[in-house]
Amino acid sequence: MDKNNLSEFIIEKGLFIMAIFSIIIIFLIISFVLLEGLPAFEDYGFFQFIFGLTWAPNDSQYGVFAMIIGSICVTLLAMLMAVPLSLLCAIFMAEVAPSKVRKILKPVIETLSGIPSVVYGFFGLIVLVPIIRENFGGTGFSMFTASLILAVMVLPTIITLSQDSLRSVPHEYREASLGLGATNWQTIKNIIFPAALPGIITSIILGMGRAIGETLAVIMVAGNVVQIPNSIFDPVRTLTANIAIEMGYATGLHYNALFGTGIVLFIIIIGLLVVANYIQHKYKVDVGGGYL
Amino acid sequence: MSIKIWSPKISQKIMNAVFIISGIITILLLVLIIGYILIKGLPAVSLEFIFSDPIDSGKYGGIFPMIVSTLYVTAIAGVVATPLGIGAAVYMTEYASENKLVKIIRFGSETLASIPSIVFGLFGLTFFVLFLGLGWSVLSGGLVLAMMALPTIFQVSEVTITSIPSSYREGSYGLGATKWQTIYRVVLPAAIPGIVTGVILGMTRAISEAAAVMFAVGASLSVPISIFDPGRPLPLHLYILATEGISLENAYGTAAVLVIIVLAITIISNWAVDKYQNKIMGR
Repeated sequence: MDKNNLSEFIIEKGLFIMAIFSIIIIFLIISFVLLEGLPAFEDYGFFQFIFGLTWAPNDSQYGVFAMIIGSICVTLLAMLMAVPLSLLCAIFMAEVAPSKVRKILKPVIETLSGIPSVVYGFFGLIVLVPIIRENFGGTGFSMFTASLILAVMVLPTIITLSQDSLRSVPHEYREASLGLGATNWQTIKNIIFPAALPGIITSIILGMGRAIGETLAVIMVAGNVVQIPNSIFDPVRTLTANIAIEMGYATGLHYNALFGTGIVLFIIIIGLLVVANYIQHKYKVDVGGGYL
Repeated sequence: MSIKIWSPKISQKIMNAVFIISGIITILLLVLIIGYILIKGLPAVSLEFIFSDPIDSGKYGGIFPMIVSTLYVTAIAGVVATPLGIGAAVYMTEYASENKLVKIIRFGSETLASIPSIVFGLFGLTFFVLFLGLGWSVLSGGLVLAMMALPTIFQVSEVTITSIPSSYREGSYGLGATKWQTIYRVVLPAAIPGIVTGVILGMTRAISEAAAVMFAVGASLSVPISIFDPGRPLPLHLYILATEGISLENAYGTAAVLVIIVLAITIISNWAVDKYQNKIMGR
């Protein structure tokens, strides 16, 4: 009996260590990236780093503002294209489609999310860039091209998560509305969608996080010129692209500045995550108990 | 009834059409991308392409070292992340009671899942390659991928284990089993389909990833023999071929191989999980 108790105790502690492993990893990531990135803030000045418009490692100029704007613009444009389509598709799958159609769509979306991002980037490079070049001028490497690719890449995230949140609206809501004579679309529009809205917003925010964090697919089609874009057909460079392109040969303060870019990216992602958690938390408190 | 331009019945019909179109667009996107890559890439794929070494940085020749590298980093990621993910899920579902700690662990796992792959890449470089001195190697790359796969395996396993009815556990306790015996003999076997799905999703993420490993594996063109040798996984090879304009034909071939691997994994795992579930339900 004692031996049993001891091994149960050891197993429990072992599992506990496994459970806190993700926290340990995050702690390690934050400390190591900070360690390498902080010298850039110290030597170059935090505000100059964030709001500086010139990125010229050869002249020791490390301002990432244009890339922050680049990341935000690419992401917002991608969301503009992805959100309507993915919400319609999510509603279709959760509320409208017969189960046969659902059985086709589910693996389609799983596969879309499984395609490697480099393959998306390659497709964009080979197919989209020439199309954009012929129809809209320029080189074809542009913010718009990158947003198109990102829009497809975030579809599965938004569809899957908002579908979950549509599904978890209680059945009574649907039945009550249909019982009052509302059509299926009226029920979706007036009852189900509003009830699922917090979850849907969370799914959009998580999709944004994916888009901001995407690296290689964007590099392959965005043109990567450090500038604040004037039109959607201008080339842009995102924060992620900046790191991936220059890390291979960076030394000294340049190396630190790239880690600094990583810190900025990290802060944006944590910010989005906190907002997503806040929305989920808030609506749960507001309605008091039940899922609405 | 209020007077509207469109009666509810007509707007219902319009919206149905809109929904169906959105579904069709989504399917078309997949067919278009996969179809294009396969049609352009399959002619380049042959046994020789798969089993021969690249010549002249990949301009000619095959992708054998890249396939070996991909197998190496994915296997390392799986071996490291699977026990950690399942163990963490078991702790969270069967042992944890402190509410605050559970919330922190869950937030930690969510955060880990949202960290951009390029930040993992930076971390892999400073921590595994330089700080731990593992060098540019498939081991460093595999460990980075393990960290990325961990939250997927953890979250899917946790959801699955939570959904196991408590009557299973009570039955086992009633027979005098200890807590661990119950978990090991009753809960985990019942949860296997879900856990396998989680592991496969995590591995697919590892197979597809290039940005996180590009500063850790070293991009070498030779076959890695030991885990301390550098390598170049398939996605990284595709990235280099495409962006440095080395060979369009070989880039198509590499992309096709990657797409086939991912498709095969998705189809086989869906089929296997379905079959296992039917077997359990059938009893």
